[in-house]
Amino acid sequence: MKNFLITLIIILIPLKSFGLIEVDITRGNLNPLPIAVSPLSIDEESRKNFENILEKKNIGSEISKIVENNLKVSGLFNPLNKDAFLQKPDIANLKPRFEDWNLIKAQALITGKVSYLEEKLRVEFRLWDVLAGKEMMALAFTTVPNNWRRVGHIITDKVYERLTGEKGYFDTRIIYVAEEGPKTQRVKKLAIMDQDGANNKFLTLGNELVLTPRFNPTSQMVTYLSYFRNLPRVYLLDIETGTQEVVGDFPGMTFAPRFSPDGKKIIMSFAKDGNSEIYTMDLENRIVEKITNHPSIDTSPSYSPDGKFISFNSDRSGYQQIYVMKSDGNNVKRISFGKGIYGTPVWSPRGDLIAFTKLHKGKFYIGVMRTDGSGERLLTENFYQEAPSWSPNGRVLIFYRETKTDSKGKGFSAKLWSIDLTGYNERQVPTPTDGSDPSWSSLLSN
Amino acid sequence: MKLSKILKNGFLIVVACLALSACATSKKTTGQMQGDVYTGTDTVEYLASGVPDRVFFATNESVLTTASRETLRKQAAWLRKNSKITIVLEGHADERGTREYNLALGERRANAAKDYLMTYGISSDRISVLSYGKERPVDSGSNPLAWSKNRRSVTVKAN
Repeated sequence: MKNFLITLIIILIPLKSFGLIEVDITRGNLNPLPIAVSPLSIDEESRKNFENILEKKNIGSEISKIVENNLKVSGLFNPLNKDAFLQKPDIANLKPRFEDWNLIKAQALITGKVSYLEEKLRVEFRLWDVLAGKEMMALAFTTVPNNWRRVGHIITDKVYERLTGEKGYFDTRIIYVAEEGPKTQRVKKLAIMDQDGANNKFLTLGNELVLTPRFNPTSQMVTYLSYFRNLPRVYLLDIETGTQEVVGDFPGMTFAPRFSPDGKKIIMSFAKDGNSEIYTMDLENRIVEKITNHPSIDTSPSYSPDGKFISFNSDRSGYQQIYVMKSDGNNVKRISFGKGIYGTPVWSPRGDLIAFTKLHKGKFYIGVMRTDGSGERLLTENFYQEAPSWSPNGRVLIFYRETKTDSKGKGFSAKLWSIDLTGYNERQVPTPTDGSDPSWSSLLSN
Repeated sequence: MKLSKILKNGFLIVVACLALSACATSKKTTGQMQGDVYTGTDTVEYLASGVPDRVFFATNESVLTTASRETLRKQAAWLRKNSKITIVLEGHADERGTREYNLALGERRANAAKDYLMTYGISSDRISVLSYGKERPVDSGSNPLAWSKNRRSVTVKAN
């Protein structure tokens, strides 16, 4: 992870607090903010240097394309067509002619400059309020050239934060299960990629079935289920070193793992003799604690962000429902009471909501409810979808969706999708193969 | 005007035909299902002559049906005769449930079969249990009949 670190060198100008533009993210945004993302300007010598290193003709415009795509996909912004831009990138970055940008209806403008500095990539960018004719923020970064995509994501995070008042989620990664082959003999591999689908990398070879990977709070470790040697067990993987170790080697099946919010424990299900219970394991001293004690199925545990509570899935009422208990297993309370059955509860990073999967009358839904079960809201309905995972700022959910097969068993696919907490902006997340079981990382830089 | 009326009626007839044919196919499927438990033999393999390798379950259930118990008694008799054979009971679920819950459900189904074999004298030392949840369907269809074939516990020779 070290090579991903970006040094934030200078803050050119302290943030001002009188920006006029604000984006409200709490409602479905039907009027995305028109924003102009000017290509980052670059001098000819820097351009050539980066062309040699990165094989990109103009790294300045490549970075701006990343920012533009992120803003568009967020659903809150409407990046304007570059063909309409009147001012050249280098001049715009010095002092935009606001009338020109106003003319094409831009309300905000991003400009910047890229240069090659002692084998490093130096990027500065500015955010402008076009209507007020003011600079809203200016930042500069220096990093290794290979990090150019991340620079685009970090710029987006800064702009998003400045305009919405909330942290962004663009400099993040997704771990998921890449799938190929016929439905009856699916080959599954762990895969990791940037939030926008770039830099996809397979982490296992597909020799054994792997399921349900989840990041630890620092996003350097992943816990998942592997059928290595046909023994379904919870494993731990260090993404940087590739080291794998079994953590749930009990005489039975361990599955449904997640990290505790402090990253010190793994919470998981352990199935033996037809009964699944929830356990925790301390990763340092390997002490195991049994949390639930009930003859029904207890699985899919997920901690509240403060670590004080656990939501989980149980069929102790006869059908799958969502329950909440204290982290020591006391005070078990059922919270889902709507029509249908409920699974995969996941506590939001803000702590106020639980996302879930619901099956009702043959349809699957992704929804959210408050942690006491009130305020249930269904965001999306489909033939099959499950396993929501929260963006680190708690505004977006990623999940997977499967299509129906026809009578000949054809037409099956599994894809990753994302949707805003508002229920708007549903989008397929691009993956090179089919995908399932996505888990969203924390923000890699802050 | 008249033409459109004729077209409309024609459309209704087509819809009616579709509905009828849908009924016809679903009737055919009930021939292989009792309630929603699979009773056919399409996917069944045999451990020995007359000894089916699998039992089927109702949606969300791990209760053994009368037919399942009969199959397991045959398996138990065969295992008693072949005392060196060890087995894996592979528990499965259909695709209409969340992945983690289905892993638990598959384990519960395989254990239901294991418990029954044990009551007929098969030592637990000879039986291991492996749940695949919904990961290894035998029928890739997305329809009630396919799902009924996939809700199963399969007895597999381990040696």
